[in-house]
Amino acid sequence: MLKEYQTVTEIYGPLMLVEKIDGAKYGHIVDIELGDGSKRHGQILQVENDKVLLQVFEGTNGIDVDTSTVRFLAKPLELAVSPDILGRVFTGLGVPKDGGPDIIPDKRLDINGNPINPFARDYPNEFIQTGISTIDGLNPIVRGQKLPIFSGAGLPHDEITAQIARQATVLGKGEEFAVVFAAMGITFEAAQFFIDDLTETGAIERAVMFMNLANDPAIERIATPRFALTAAEYLAFELDKHVLVILNDMTNYCEALREISAARKEVPGRRGYPGYLYTDLAMIYERAGRIKGKKGSITMIPVLTMPEDDKTHPVPDLTGYITEGQIILSRSLHRQSVAPPVDALPSLSRLKDKGIGAGKTREDHADLYNQLYAAYARGKEAQELATIMGEAALSNEDKKYMTFANEFEARYVTQDYYENRSIETTLDLGWELLSMFDNVELKRIDIELIDKYMPRFRKEQKNEEAAKEE
Amino acid sequence: MSETIQGKVVKVAGPVVVAEGMTGARMYDVVRVSKLNLIGEIVELHGDLASIQVYEETVGIGPGEPVVNTGVPLSVELGPGLIESIYDGIQRPLESLYAVEGAFMKRGTDLPGLNREKKWHFKPTVEAGIKVNPGDIIGEVDESSLVMHKIMIPAGVSGTLQKITEGDYTVVQDIATVVAEDGTETQLQMMQKWPVRNARNVQRRLAPNEILRTGQRVIDTFFPISKGGTACVPGPFGTGKTVVQHQLAKWVDAEVVIYVGCGERGNEMTDVLTEFPELKDPRTGEPLMKRSVLIANTSNMPVAAREASVYTGITIAEYFRDMGMSVALMADSTSRWAEAMREISTRLEEMPAEEGYPAYLGARIASFYERAGRVQCQGGPEREGALSIIGAVSPPGGDLSDSVVQATLHVTKVFWSLQGRLAYQRHFPAIDWLTSYSFYKQYLKNCFDDADQGLEMDNLVAEAMALLEKESNLLEIVRLVGAEALSPQDRFALETSRTIREDYLHQNAFHKVDTYTSMLKQYEMLKTILFFHKQALKAIEAGVDINDISKLKVREDIARAKYIPQDEMEKIPQIRETIEKQIKELQAAGV
Repeated sequence: MLKEYQTVTEIYGPLMLVEKIDGAKYGHIVDIELGDGSKRHGQILQVENDKVLLQVFEGTNGIDVDTSTVRFLAKPLELAVSPDILGRVFTGLGVPKDGGPDIIPDKRLDINGNPINPFARDYPNEFIQTGISTIDGLNPIVRGQKLPIFSGAGLPHDEITAQIARQATVLGKGEEFAVVFAAMGITFEAAQFFIDDLTETGAIERAVMFMNLANDPAIERIATPRFALTAAEYLAFELDKHVLVILNDMTNYCEALREISAARKEVPGRRGYPGYLYTDLAMIYERAGRIKGKKGSITMIPVLTMPEDDKTHPVPDLTGYITEGQIILSRSLHRQSVAPPVDALPSLSRLKDKGIGAGKTREDHADLYNQLYAAYARGKEAQELATIMGEAALSNEDKKYMTFANEFEARYVTQDYYENRSIETTLDLGWELLSMFDNVELKRIDIELIDKYMPRFRKEQKNEEAAKEE
Repeated sequence: MSETIQGKVVKVAGPVVVAEGMTGARMYDVVRVSKLNLIGEIVELHGDLASIQVYEETVGIGPGEPVVNTGVPLSVELGPGLIESIYDGIQRPLESLYAVEGAFMKRGTDLPGLNREKKWHFKPTVEAGIKVNPGDIIGEVDESSLVMHKIMIPAGVSGTLQKITEGDYTVVQDIATVVAEDGTETQLQMMQKWPVRNARNVQRRLAPNEILRTGQRVIDTFFPISKGGTACVPGPFGTGKTVVQHQLAKWVDAEVVIYVGCGERGNEMTDVLTEFPELKDPRTGEPLMKRSVLIANTSNMPVAAREASVYTGITIAEYFRDMGMSVALMADSTSRWAEAMREISTRLEEMPAEEGYPAYLGARIASFYERAGRVQCQGGPEREGALSIIGAVSPPGGDLSDSVVQATLHVTKVFWSLQGRLAYQRHFPAIDWLTSYSFYKQYLKNCFDDADQGLEMDNLVAEAMALLEKESNLLEIVRLVGAEALSPQDRFALETSRTIREDYLHQNAFHKVDTYTSMLKQYEMLKTILFFHKQALKAIEAGVDINDISKLKVREDIARAKYIPQDEMEKIPQIRETIEKQIKELQAAGV
């Protein structure tokens, strides 16, 4: 028994006000039928007595006050799910877009989901090998983690996410990830690049796509990540799959949220974004994780472009406060043709310590990345000093560290987008680079580990030197 | 009486619901909204209209649904069973919720904060027949291997203790009877309730003059916090606020630790939950969980409950303080609490002050931190309790001019400034030694059994700080004219301050030995570093080349002193002997 009303009184921005409504509920959805018979979708943002404020996902273009009919569906936004969603492409509102048949639903799920009880969470501690040294070696990801990529306009975040989606495996298990991809306001090109890449490797069979491209309605983007995560939760916690969710690009999502907030004349927070942006983003990001007693997991890689590469912009800033670390891309490295241009120093994976070490990756992993970081940080300082005062003014020690930083960028950071380095290769590369220092300088590494691993690399170096002398 | 007040929803906007027909309701009364029984709290009254902040998701609620007033303010249940619990922001036990509703949180589930079935052995510590007043301890319960739970007379009850019996009781069974002067009898149970927004009563407040040991070198040595003190830890993301908070929760020498995860990551709470039962208290060898209470209202849980979570936490903390214990409360992060206030305020359409925060932000923050302190507890026997608060703040973009940081700094006495620059170098804890401060420094010397040692420590700290200060000035000169321009003494000052930074201030939270350093070991370590500095300066005066000193083998021993376990501490003074020997050898070789 659905109720229909023709009592639209106001339309402004993406919002509509409908009056004389009986029994409307906050958060429920509506269908809007225009005078010409076309249909739009909306959601209730506020109810006050018999007045209802709606947001229209497809925008309010062409909607009029007189002939539009609003039908209250008395349910929240839902996604129809069944195992058949794998391999399918949907719009940002969860409607099949690939010309395939409708999903015959096993069940319909509220896209807002419910928060995971913190007590029910299982701690993420299974190392994921991505084959990228700067991630595996320095900022390892674990299953159930949410690790965003902070990028900028013109930086190759698409290549990196595609590489992760292609190469990610849990060490020693060889299990592959199901991929859920949510496109929010990205270009057709960027989306197609990703689809092509998945198609080539056959991973498309294990993927679910939600596509809201740049020319699709902006307000729809508010629902897109929620659809994607509802699909992910279904795959992970009901079908026992390990799911990798890629949300691209969260900055566009936040802009859509800001548009609604501005239309509602809410008191804005920083840069016009609503004060509840943190909570809203948390509702999305916190859906990643593992649950006790369930086999599947959700690992999330949101991508966002920092306006003017500014990390303190509200979107990256609030994201960084919620996610478990961040991978930051550097424009300066990109200009120097270091690819992937991962800026190792400000990048961070908060959960790394639980996913590495003996039995997981290798016993020397933690000490090794600490030492690499310390040495690289010092080398970076020397690089800066050299640009101010010239290389000649550096002390011998500083010069050594600068050489290290250069080598590190050229050999450790740089790798091909199709090069899949095993964790051993990455770790050994670290030792090799550190072999230019004396043991005394390697303060962050346990003596025993140095004794165990370093000789191999020192010997090679000595042999090379010996060969040269001869 | 108030059960009869029943209104009707007229407006729903996110977490705020407005109801009409609420005549007779009082501010901050708890109400139940709709047939789903969602828990809410009245935050505004206009005639018979009440604005309610709802602690649960409001999707599906609409006008016309019932609102029932319970007539009582938001309260927590206090009694045996708190320790080792994990609660959400309004004291619902998450473990029981998980058992009832599964991994995902549903709405309207109502579970009591304290287990009603579990029996505790109550042992009276007083005899029947005596006069009792609020706060008097009348018995105890062995709650965990680390906490002896005292049962106190609740507020508002006084008279003659007529009956008190030892035995096994649940928290709601009668354990004693008190007869007032006018003859009215009150049955006492182990459980009592307290409204979270009111501070619990104390006899008298005292100056916080004893250091709260944390085992973290940069904190204990340079910026200590006292028992009953307050500290503010602001820093941009990725600088290790949470690790600092976790380290403190683990190693602080308080008898009870309350950890409030306010609007933070779910996995972090899981980390605490998996780690605390395994970690051992360095003093007693018991699992740390045996002295902890966790409040977890993660960022995706309802925002109004987040606002309440810090109050729930502090009320439980005050309750343990009233037993005469030293309690430490970590709140991570108070910015999320402030944001929850802002969100509710926006929905109430209040006029905003700075950055959209409500005008009462500063006052709320101040009155929260003011609930910390060292006190003489109410009631007998005479006892002292202390409650320390360590609040993390997450300023947007790490900008310290943020309203929450500024309002917090107004009232806290310790400031640990976390710097992104240090974090990028993986210098943890990333507490900046030049901008941080502590008002409790003068009590550091009392930490040592040996008074001379205390005085010496004071001098060592001053000396080390002077070196660090000097370093920052010297580094500027180096940047301008290069290191060659410095005198050998100054160049060595740079070396030593680097040692202080890398080998003393830097502390690895994940290393089994380095994670905790006792006060005595801190003293020995710092003494050794500065001893080397003095010996080296003497040698330089005598003409020894600074590069030779820098290359001495003993420096490696100094650097690795932090990894010397507590029970092999005698190895540190031995390093000083080695220093003397090696420098003498150098000098001899030079001559």
